[in-house]
Amino acid sequence: MTHYLLRRLAGMIVVMFLVATIVFVISHVIPGDPAAVMLGPAATAADIAALRARLGLDAPLSVQYVEFLHSVLRLRLGESIFLGRSVTEALAERAPLTLQLTVLAAGLAVLIGVPVGVLSAVKRGSLLDQAVTAISMAAASLPSFWIGLTLIEYFAVHWHLLPVAGYGPPGAGFVVHLTYLIMPAIALGIPSSALIVRFTRTSMLDVLQEDYVRTARAKGLAPRTVIFKHAFRNARTSVLTVVGLTVAGLLGGAIVTETVFALPGVGNLVVSAVLRRDYPVIQGALLVISGVYVLINLGIDLLYAVLDPRVRY
Amino acid sequence: MSDVALPAAAVRRASPGWLLLRRLVRRRLVLISLVILLAAIVVAVAAPWIAPYSPRKMDIAHRLWPPSWAHWFGTDEFGRDELSRCIYGARLSLSVGSLVVLVSLACGTLLGVVSGYVRRLDGVLMRVTDALMAFPDILLAIALMAALGASLTDVVIALGTVYTPRVARVARGATLVLRELQFIEAAEALGASGRRVIGVHLLPNLLSPLLVQGTFVFAFSILTEAALSFLGAGVPPTSPSWGNMIAGAQEYMQGAAWLILAPGLCIVFTVLSLQMVGDGLRDALDPRLRRLT
Repeated sequence: MTHYLLRRLAGMIVVMFLVATIVFVISHVIPGDPAAVMLGPAATAADIAALRARLGLDAPLSVQYVEFLHSVLRLRLGESIFLGRSVTEALAERAPLTLQLTVLAAGLAVLIGVPVGVLSAVKRGSLLDQAVTAISMAAASLPSFWIGLTLIEYFAVHWHLLPVAGYGPPGAGFVVHLTYLIMPAIALGIPSSALIVRFTRTSMLDVLQEDYVRTARAKGLAPRTVIFKHAFRNARTSVLTVVGLTVAGLLGGAIVTETVFALPGVGNLVVSAVLRRDYPVIQGALLVISGVYVLINLGIDLLYAVLDPRVRY
Repeated sequence: MSDVALPAAAVRRASPGWLLLRRLVRRRLVLISLVILLAAIVVAVAAPWIAPYSPRKMDIAHRLWPPSWAHWFGTDEFGRDELSRCIYGARLSLSVGSLVVLVSLACGTLLGVVSGYVRRLDGVLMRVTDALMAFPDILLAIALMAALGASLTDVVIALGTVYTPRVARVARGATLVLRELQFIEAAEALGASGRRVIGVHLLPNLLSPLLVQGTFVFAFSILTEAALSFLGAGVPPTSPSWGNMIAGAQEYMQGAAWLILAPGLCIVFTVLSLQMVGDGLRDALDPRLRRLT
């Protein structure tokens, strides 16, 4: 186990090094002068040169690259050009909201996806199964921003059940903030839950065909015991895989959802940074979000060993 | 053996492509999806002849009109015909989708096959794809758009970069399985060069998994393009795209729900059809499920 963990950590470091390199390539090597883009068409050559010097863009690429890796290692992500503060600060301030939103959406996706998937597999071929399959396929084709806008239209504008957008006044209680997060979490979670339904159904169907399930049934065990104690325990690992995959989708989806609902999270920060070409913020967000994603994947791999005693590293 | 000879017509009809199509349309939903896709392609190609109005013609006197006989999908905040804009939007979405499929299939197959066949390069290439896949799709796409620009080509390059690693993964997996099979070993024993083994023996066998993956890449790139346009990081708002139409309609949502509904349904139907066809292809190509007589 320790050996495996060390190997995985080493692999993770390599991937993060490559991630940092890709981030550097995106912001430095691709044609186009960030300084000129940031200052807009009205800027004079002198202004551009001054900004290039301030950002260290006038140094040779190799020097910039080493400098960049060095500052990433020290977790210094630079200064935002428009916010007038450090990128680390800006990200740290907005991370909790994005985290809450992603956790809520993931929870929702799992709570809907897993039971519905199991039910659909158990009632294979029934009307319910067909309906679930059709709905989950349609739900996986819905753009989350479209779900979000439709939810706003009905639940907030027509029926006045929930606040339209935003995150409520600062300092408001947890419950108040939660009401602002309900619709975003649904909009974000629905496509993921559809994915989880389909995966859970498939892996349950595989397991339900196994001989040991037939034996359990033949022994006269209650159907519920067979399904949950025998079949589902073995389907869990593949369900875990898809949950891991969807979390990555949620991190990305949060960017779009936060924009729809005007939530001041990391996603919103990224989008405004992209529209303003605030390169340090884009770089920082790319590094942090992909870092979180890599860590989640590591966590999931380790969970396999906990859930499935056959897995030995 | 003459007693099993088939009529010439039957032999001609049993080409692999024809068999696949027959197996595919046997499922009614897949057939409907194929029809929808075909219709979408025809609409996209023939947009200038089909669209009742110019997608850019403004008519302030008739702004925000609900759907009517003159304007089936209503008009937007500038009085532009929503149906015509949806039709031109199809043009953009389907071009992006098909170009991204071409780019990512070409690059991904190359990377995946080389990675699976040339073991020395496997470690390096797969770590790079791991790193690229550590970014959520949309995040990598908007970051690339920020660096590249906002033209159609830029969107295709950005989404092509996002989806190439996924194709590479599939191609590598299939190559790893195939390279252990005896016919590859036989070809190598006969002295075939690496290039010949890849070109003549490996690639034709990769066609099925890549075809399936390509369909899904098509669906995902339409969704991601819509999200990019919605965020304002896609093609410029002057060219109608389903995503930027929804973004533009946000302010008028209360009184003009059709402005969000119409492009949204275009996205849903196209993506859903692609996913159905992808699923159908996977089943039709899966030898374990082969039930054709």
